[in-house]
Amino acid sequence: MTGASQASPRRSRIELTVVAIIAVILIVVLPVLNAQGAISNFTLGLWGKYLCYALLAISVDLLWGYTGLLSLGQALFFTLGGYMHGMYLMRMIGELGQYKKPIPDFLVFLGWERLPAFWEPFSSFSFAVVMVFLVPGLLAYVFGYLAFRSRIKGVYFSILTQALTYAASIMFFRNNLLMGGNNGFTDFKFILGHSLAEPATMRGLYIATAIAVVLAFLFCRWLSRTKFGLVQQAIRDGENRVLFSGYATMHFKLFVFVVAALIAAVGGALYTPQVGIINPGEMQADKSLEAVVWVAVGGRGTLLGPILGAVSINALKSWATRAYPDLWLVILGGLFVLVVLFLPGGLVSIPARLKALWGKVRRSPEKPAAAASDTQPASAKT
Amino acid sequence: MPHPLLSVEDVSKTYDGFKAITNLNFYLYEGELRTVIGPNGAGKSTFFDLITGRAKPDTGKLDFGTDPQTSQDLTLLNEYEINRLGIGRKFQTPSVYTEHSVWDNLVLSLKGPRGVFASLFHRLSSTDRDRLDDILRTVRLDAKRHWKAGLLAHGEKQWLEIGMLLAQDPKVLLVDEPAAGMTDDETDRTGDLLLSLAGRHSLIVIEHDMAFVKQIARNGVVTVLHQGTVLCEGKFDEVQSDTKVREVYLGRGKHGTR
Repeated sequence: MTGASQASPRRSRIELTVVAIIAVILIVVLPVLNAQGAISNFTLGLWGKYLCYALLAISVDLLWGYTGLLSLGQALFFTLGGYMHGMYLMRMIGELGQYKKPIPDFLVFLGWERLPAFWEPFSSFSFAVVMVFLVPGLLAYVFGYLAFRSRIKGVYFSILTQALTYAASIMFFRNNLLMGGNNGFTDFKFILGHSLAEPATMRGLYIATAIAVVLAFLFCRWLSRTKFGLVQQAIRDGENRVLFSGYATMHFKLFVFVVAALIAAVGGALYTPQVGIINPGEMQADKSLEAVVWVAVGGRGTLLGPILGAVSINALKSWATRAYPDLWLVILGGLFVLVVLFLPGGLVSIPARLKALWGKVRRSPEKPAAAASDTQPASAKT
Repeated sequence: MPHPLLSVEDVSKTYDGFKAITNLNFYLYEGELRTVIGPNGAGKSTFFDLITGRAKPDTGKLDFGTDPQTSQDLTLLNEYEINRLGIGRKFQTPSVYTEHSVWDNLVLSLKGPRGVFASLFHRLSSTDRDRLDDILRTVRLDAKRHWKAGLLAHGEKQWLEIGMLLAQDPKVLLVDEPAAGMTDDETDRTGDLLLSLAGRHSLIVIEHDMAFVKQIARNGVVTVLHQGTVLCEGKFDEVQSDTKVREVYLGRGKHGTR
């Protein structure tokens, strides 16, 4: 389960090569093909969305797979990041909205003549970027501090994160929060002076997302190989022992919780301009649960698993919701059950399983138990 | 008489009306190897829970430190703070990190800074590596250093946990039934190891196996717990011949005849 942290140097090199190839395909090849017309703008846009979700999945896995904290509130941090960036994008609409007023349409609709004070600084992109990190990060810090200090664990932690998400979505559904209520933010026009109707702008956003995913991956890979990563995974497997070894597990969990919230927030911030809308529907509890399914299907407690799960399930969703719109939830649920029952390691465990199977088939005449040998020793690092 | 390293005075602990520990008085001196015996339910594990901060006493005092000026009140500290003072614990059921390699288990236990940022940028020095190598040889897990700890046999897990305790290099080692699940030969070696630690460290060893107790107690003090309080304290032979002790413990169990 500890994935890359225990890989041998050779396997680690192979893994890095594979990651480098995927990174080049995502960051360079796909955009170039798009610029030349081989990949439609629509398809590239879909990939941009999948990769935003991949960031959300990475954040879930960092908590659930590596620290044993099943957070059902990661969609909240994702959406908060999206809202903070959305406020900037709303300001950039200028007077091009339906009402041709210098303030966002929904404010005009609510009877506002002037911009509310807390909206003012969001005309600055840099301020919005700071808030993308600050708001979700601060919320995660305060919530995490209270939860971990009270030693809330296991299913109670999950329920609490879900309740937090639920409360926040109710708050954002209200019009008088002045965050667009039910409809959220949409009809964005410009980002940093570039029109969002231009394919080149969308391509730029896509590339930024792909880079963010690769950076998040490399960060998690580094983290899992530090002593911090060892402590983190030890908390997952036996928190009491860690406490009695002199580690203040609360501080470790709080750090991971905040980092995971920040990764999700970046995903949300990139999601808003690419999908063109952000609303409270994104922070409802079922969105967080979906992200948990992506991680489970891709491979919990692995580095590639969440990315693979998020992309493949959302690609499946794009297809299934068009082909069999009524059956999508059944398909998703069925897939989850199948993976839990027959492929507990997720999609990423398929190569190892095939290898083991192949070894068994090849050696079965003389040595029936040979396949078990390569799973035994886990080599050490640090 | 020097000041004790660990003083437990008039400590009581009740769980839902059940008196696990009642007016317990216990003093451990520096460098001592103390053996604690007692029938099931005598409060031996609760006693360790109280020292390590897992449970808080209802009444009484727990002080740690040979200097009365600087000694620490353990009832005010939590598990990791108590551990950082230098009190390490080996649990009754071996408690190792099953998904980590044997080596990583020791790395996690190695004495050193325990903070978040210290862990992010932690590097093992060559002295650290040599020490871990030494410990691996001591606990005879040298050849299995890359093994996942969960795959070790029960006795090996016990040894690994003892190794983790050694890596921490605490002032006081609390060792709960170290010989459980070991062969006679392994038990013997465990005893020798614990004896070699006494002097530099102070130890409290809880044990059921009387042959083992006899081996490690030597001339040291044996404390008999019964119904949450000290029934009797003294050399092994004195304790063994004490009529009260024979009544509640030695005479009844099959251990007593060994």
